[in-house]
Amino acid sequence: MSASRYDAIIVGGGHNGLVTAAYLASARKKVLVLEKRHVLGGAAVTEEINPGFKYSVCSYVVSLLRPEIIRDLELPKHGLQILPLESTFTPLPNGDYLARWGDHDQTRREIYRHSPRDADAYDDFGKLMYQLAVAVKPILAMVPPDPTSMSPKDLMGFLRLGKHFRGLGHEQFHALHKLMTMSSADYLDEWFETEALKATMSSSGIIGTFLGPRSPGTAYVLLHHYMGEIDGAMRAWGFVKGGTGSVSESIASAAREHGAEILTEAGVAQVAVKNGKATGVVLDDGREYTASVVVSGLDPKRTFLDLVDANSLPDDFVRDIERFKIRGSSGKVNLSLSELPNFTSKPGVGPLHKGAVSISPSIDYLERAYDEAKYGDFSSRPYMDIIMPSMIDAGMAPPGKHVMSIFVQYAPSDLRGGWDETKREAFGDAVVDTLAQYAPNLPEAILHRQVLTPWDIDRDMGLTDGNIFHGELSLHQLFCMRPTVGHADYTTPVRGYYQAGSGTHPGGGVTGASGRLAALKILKEAL
Amino acid sequence: MLRTTPFHSRIAPLNLAQNWRRWSGYLAASAYEFHHNREYWAIRNSAAMIDVSPLYKYGIEGPDAERLLDRVVTRDVTKCELHQVFYTPWCDDDGKVMDDGTLTRLADDSFRLTSAEPNLRWLQDNALGMNVGIRDISDDLAALALQGPNARRILHDAADGAADDLRFFRLTKGEIGGVPVEITRTGYTGDLGYEIWTDPANAEALWDGLMEAGDKHRILPAGMLALDVARVEAGLILISVDYVPAHQAVIEGRKSSPFELGLGWTVKLGGNWFVGRDALIAEKERGPEWEFRGLDVSWDSLEALYGEVGLPPQLPSEGWRTSVPVYSGNTQVGYATSGCWSPLLKKYIALAHIQSQYAGIGTNLRVEVTVEHYRKKAAARVVETQFFNPERKRSNPSVADEVPA
Repeated sequence: MSASRYDAIIVGGGHNGLVTAAYLASARKKVLVLEKRHVLGGAAVTEEINPGFKYSVCSYVVSLLRPEIIRDLELPKHGLQILPLESTFTPLPNGDYLARWGDHDQTRREIYRHSPRDADAYDDFGKLMYQLAVAVKPILAMVPPDPTSMSPKDLMGFLRLGKHFRGLGHEQFHALHKLMTMSSADYLDEWFETEALKATMSSSGIIGTFLGPRSPGTAYVLLHHYMGEIDGAMRAWGFVKGGTGSVSESIASAAREHGAEILTEAGVAQVAVKNGKATGVVLDDGREYTASVVVSGLDPKRTFLDLVDANSLPDDFVRDIERFKIRGSSGKVNLSLSELPNFTSKPGVGPLHKGAVSISPSIDYLERAYDEAKYGDFSSRPYMDIIMPSMIDAGMAPPGKHVMSIFVQYAPSDLRGGWDETKREAFGDAVVDTLAQYAPNLPEAILHRQVLTPWDIDRDMGLTDGNIFHGELSLHQLFCMRPTVGHADYTTPVRGYYQAGSGTHPGGGVTGASGRLAALKILKEAL
Repeated sequence: MLRTTPFHSRIAPLNLAQNWRRWSGYLAASAYEFHHNREYWAIRNSAAMIDVSPLYKYGIEGPDAERLLDRVVTRDVTKCELHQVFYTPWCDDDGKVMDDGTLTRLADDSFRLTSAEPNLRWLQDNALGMNVGIRDISDDLAALALQGPNARRILHDAADGAADDLRFFRLTKGEIGGVPVEITRTGYTGDLGYEIWTDPANAEALWDGLMEAGDKHRILPAGMLALDVARVEAGLILISVDYVPAHQAVIEGRKSSPFELGLGWTVKLGGNWFVGRDALIAEKERGPEWEFRGLDVSWDSLEALYGEVGLPPQLPSEGWRTSVPVYSGNTQVGYATSGCWSPLLKKYIALAHIQSQYAGIGTNLRVEVTVEHYRKKAAARVVETQFFNPERKRSNPSVADEVPA
């Protein structure tokens, strides 16, 4: 038994939980963070699994880390540095490639090489998406109102939204409607004719979802990609020096500076609830802590179905959470390399190695990869998003050596017959074999390989079914539906119990937005 | 590396300060000498050669070529004669300007369109159901502007008199430096001038031919800095500086109609339907909200403002391209988008967007100037945009009549 009583206990030291902790601590609240693993960060961790080689084990780029969080918590002072990752290189099976470089003229010339028409369309498309991102972005920083509520606060929220959308021109409104309803393949078909361009652009619409580029609803996720563009040079998009774990470390450092206590190897077994109110937590090892407020940074399944006794929750709420879609669809392969991959379509070491490499030669290729997953297999020829962190930050690998981060889709969480170690390695082999078609020197260059399937991500990182976004980013699970209507405002049916993970609005990615909005909500109404 | 133009082997060694800038993905010389002053005076006093190859160029050919262009641009293309050149903007459906360029009729069913921004997709989309071929010939055509009072004489020598009688905004064909060229009497300086078009493979021969013939007429290669001053004096608008192309404008307020850019004379509402025509008819009826005008900044006012801090007026020697507020009294009624000190007119001039009710010629307004870190307002008079418009730009004396320089 501990004598300490806290204002708030944060369950889970992932980046969102840490953001909540830092905001609460900076408001002079007594805060305790409890992390099950030996390292902080959850899915935003850097680990040196092969000595000398640092892997951003799961999340490998930051796309939309909220600039206000970076400013509020003074993260650069705590070591955060986001380095640019400007290009995307798509090698093609026919020996050619498609690249989008950091420079506009260079990208235009490259797209023009594939289709003069697409080169023009690319700019027009970019402008429209920019306009839509500007229109949609304020929603990301807003606590979702409850559409079923008649409270003045919720009604005002919807009124503000309505006004906002009335300001859109008809062209933008039409486009937004299409984005909300169409598949990314169909939507991009309206603009472009180059297969590799469509496929590479559509990939941002399928990452983390159990959907293919031809599934309706995927177009909307394309828009998320453009959100990061709005701030222009100020955007918080890129590779984090020291790996993604540095995001978590810098936030934890800010939280500690404000007095938060952070414990690792402290897994929470249960949230204590008395008379419909959360009173504290019980750890796996029996330790107990009490607090006025308990905040879960875990996904909705774990937050409600594992941590809380079902009797403390309304039946229909439990059913909503059970229905919440959280299928894992992706895996991760991290490699230590003796040399960089040498792409046959653009031999040698060049700028492409400092950017992303995308294995997405055509929409058909991606859809076929999805087809296999749809029926319970992992993709034998998967979609991959690859970066070589050691080319951006020399500290990630010993001098002259390299690390490679490969995001792989699809790897269904409910693999036919279930995942085991043999299947995991077979999945790893499929990844390496596929890459070897474009860079034949790769297999020989591998010094160490780490393969993560949804099974591993669930077990090791505590993300249910290995879903990287704490629940799919499909339209029926966004905004006031995330994770469920009535509790999209970071509250739960249990008084004093809050949620702050990516399973809440605005959802997945290393944004910290959920953690921040949850902290603001808690400060406003509970502490 | 940025792309280089077909003249690069000739212009690179001449660029003494390695002073380059970007133009549509190409390297373009900002100035060849350490200061652009002599290059400017070549445009106004002898002749300057300016590499304008980075322009976008489209070849439009086929039975419906005239129909397509008549549908796209604001001018009446049916009136464009063989070997005539039209300067014209084109608009989106709302009558907002997307781009501006020159249109040349090369044959009954063949045209060439130049533009500042890519337009392939726009042309293709407008050609739906038409029997017309649209080719991006940007890389297939090297272009050189020969501008200045001695330009005709240089061409007389270089092209064996082929362009002696070439009228303003017309095209002729000839040979320079042993290679076939097309010559149009067009330019971006507001002076007597020509633009010469040839296959990129012939670019170096063309350059050498003109330099050789031009030597005794004091020909000089000129860069963008000199051109920028000349075009402001001539009141010629520049895309993405004086106006935002409609299809790139993120907000409505950034778009401009031809009437608002001083291009009302190019809008032929009496002819066939063209993109934006309905909106432009409506706008013409109610009158445009903005006018595009020249501002003649009062020297006395500048002297007084600088005098307050004990300095004579200090004005930039290069043209500027930033937005500068324009006031009536203390109310902002517009903004200048380009300006320069005119070395020829000895005037500080600017091109500005002015709300219509303040845009009458002769209206006294005030323009912001920064004097020793403090923002002041200098008196300026609203004038026509063509600050400099010499007779020789359009006139056609025979070469023999011209007094040698």
